[in-house]
Amino acid sequence: MKQKKSLAENGMLISILASVISIVVGLLFGFILLMILNPAKAGIGMSAMLTTGFSSMDQFGKVLYQSAPLMLCGLSVGFASKTGMFNIGASGQYTIGAFCALVGAIALQLPWYCCLVLALVGGGVWGIFPGLFKAVFNVNEVITSIMFNWIGMFMVNLLYANMPIMLASAWGASNSDRSAALSAANRGAIIPKAGLDKLFGNSSWINISVFIAILVAVIVWFILEKTTFGYELKACGLNKEASRYAGINANRNIVVSMIIAGGLSGLGGGLYYLAGTIQYVLEKRILSMGFNGIPVSLLANSNPIGTIFSSLFISYIQVGGSAMQPNFSSESTDIIIAVIIYLAAFALLTRGLIVRLLTGRNRKEGKA
Amino acid sequence: MNLLANIISLTIVFAVPLMLVALGGMYSEHSGVINLALEGIMVIGALCACFTLQAMDKNGFGPVHPQLSMLLAILVAGLSGMVFSLLLAFAAINLKADQTIGGTALNTFAPAFAVVVTWAVQGQGLTTIQIPSWIRITQATFGLEAGNGFFDSLIFKYFYLTTPIAVVLFFAAWILMYKTRFGLRLRACGEHPQAADSVGINVYKMRYSGVLISGFLGGIGGLAYTIAVGSGFSSSVGGYGFLALAVMIFGNWKPLQILGSSVFFALFKVIAAYNSSIPFLPKLEGLKDKSSLYQMLPYVVTMIVLIFTSKNSQAPKAEGIPYDKGSR
Repeated sequence: MKQKKSLAENGMLISILASVISIVVGLLFGFILLMILNPAKAGIGMSAMLTTGFSSMDQFGKVLYQSAPLMLCGLSVGFASKTGMFNIGASGQYTIGAFCALVGAIALQLPWYCCLVLALVGGGVWGIFPGLFKAVFNVNEVITSIMFNWIGMFMVNLLYANMPIMLASAWGASNSDRSAALSAANRGAIIPKAGLDKLFGNSSWINISVFIAILVAVIVWFILEKTTFGYELKACGLNKEASRYAGINANRNIVVSMIIAGGLSGLGGGLYYLAGTIQYVLEKRILSMGFNGIPVSLLANSNPIGTIFSSLFISYIQVGGSAMQPNFSSESTDIIIAVIIYLAAFALLTRGLIVRLLTGRNRKEGKA
Repeated sequence: MNLLANIISLTIVFAVPLMLVALGGMYSEHSGVINLALEGIMVIGALCACFTLQAMDKNGFGPVHPQLSMLLAILVAGLSGMVFSLLLAFAAINLKADQTIGGTALNTFAPAFAVVVTWAVQGQGLTTIQIPSWIRITQATFGLEAGNGFFDSLIFKYFYLTTPIAVVLFFAAWILMYKTRFGLRLRACGEHPQAADSVGINVYKMRYSGVLISGFLGGIGGLAYTIAVGSGFSSSVGGYGFLALAVMIFGNWKPLQILGSSVFFALFKVIAAYNSSIPFLPKLEGLKDKSSLYQMLPYVVTMIVLIFTSKNSQAPKAEGIPYDKGSR
């Protein structure tokens, strides 16, 4: 009995259960929607989404490759939320990070690790704004983040258009609507594969980026759980006034945590675009990768280690989603992600429900 | 001169969705709920309205009674936006959920849902819903001769039923907010819900009304945006829901200022498209992709304005905080 009581009080277990429940509800909702739209193909579509990621080593390599930027954006959102900030600006920071990495790679001809540092710095600079506006002018960080997503996107497009050396057309290709392919511009800037491509059946996707991301997740966990700085950040998030009373400089912590969160998203942008398989396309729309950091972080309940797994999951169903075509649009996965976010919005309620279910069951078992 | 007429009429047609959606956001925020889901609401409104227009076109009713069909489409847009906003209201008010996260969920859901449904209805890869051409109000609608003069371009080049409706809705929204008991009560719920509750106002009901009104206006705004862009609906409203949030803040949560700032934002959008042919603009020789610069400026200006106004911001005091009867 005593052991079971501690089961219900185990925060980690409840978090995991809550996430699993929201995933199951999300998948069910998606399946029902597909059933309504096209009953004959719904089964095929759903199984494509759920099995493609493991269907071949190449696809699995893609899952790992895409999980790296997702993981970093998730870490970014999660890190900011520890200080009580909602970083909806991960997308802008990610875009700036990707731009800085590519400037390092193409215009400055730097090796990949220098480019990643540039990405980190670029994203961090973009993270200053929401933090500073909140701390100094008391402007809601959600508003600042959204504005700076757009400012970042337009600014990057403007800069690309005015830096001809960055465009593919300067490196032997004909199109000027995207950044230069790294294979033509600077092979040294491509993140090494370290022999992983052979392990993954010559997958063009896989490289060491996922391991870099996991390493970063562990570092973030260490900062948050094992350092005074991390403790102060969490104290600020739990109660800003109380932490100020305890002598913590809350405003400084808000700015610093947003810089770090921005740096994480920026690094994610660097990891994604330095793989050599993707070119930055100049489009007037916000990149969705940063936004997908939100469900990753919510599923993991902002836990850095949990983020590793939730980003793998989101990446997995996204890779599966593109295999649902032509029966269904690949956006089907976004619907499932949306349901997961929606459920996370009232996570407290779900958790209360789980606790009640667990304790209720215990009571019955105790009687028997 | 025709260029001027074009710029003015295009500015109006782009200001309409911004104003409607920003007014919607204003209603929701004055009731105490941050409505980040405006973008998603616009998408759903536009989706349903475009399907309605398409159906009207196919069954032959539309070409015969174009403006009646358009009115129906506008109602469909508003009602579907309302239904969709119920999801936000339910999470934010009944379940006391985090409003920004709830809004983000709706914003993720709407465009994905729109793509998946259009794909399923129209067949694979066909993700743009074409808008029939008869919805435009032309000189012929009033029995006038078609011309090419200044006033023809000014009035009829981009004239749709959404524009006069928006004017009506603007006055209705202003009167409802400032001249009725309902408006006063709504604002009380956004400023100090505990006080409002203590004098017998049902805070939950008021907040529901605020969110639903924003859903109605947001849905119509979605249709208005799709019409303004003019190339059919492809499951996106190009970030105008977020832009409308900026308009609302820039307009300090007040209807008249929102009207002004929506014209301001729309003007920049039009300048971005026409910048090469407008004579009095700085030439900025050697700078490529000037349209990005002009599209970026409104956001930068909003941020600068926020710095100066944040100290005496008119933002509702209790926005974003779920109301818990027990904590009174």
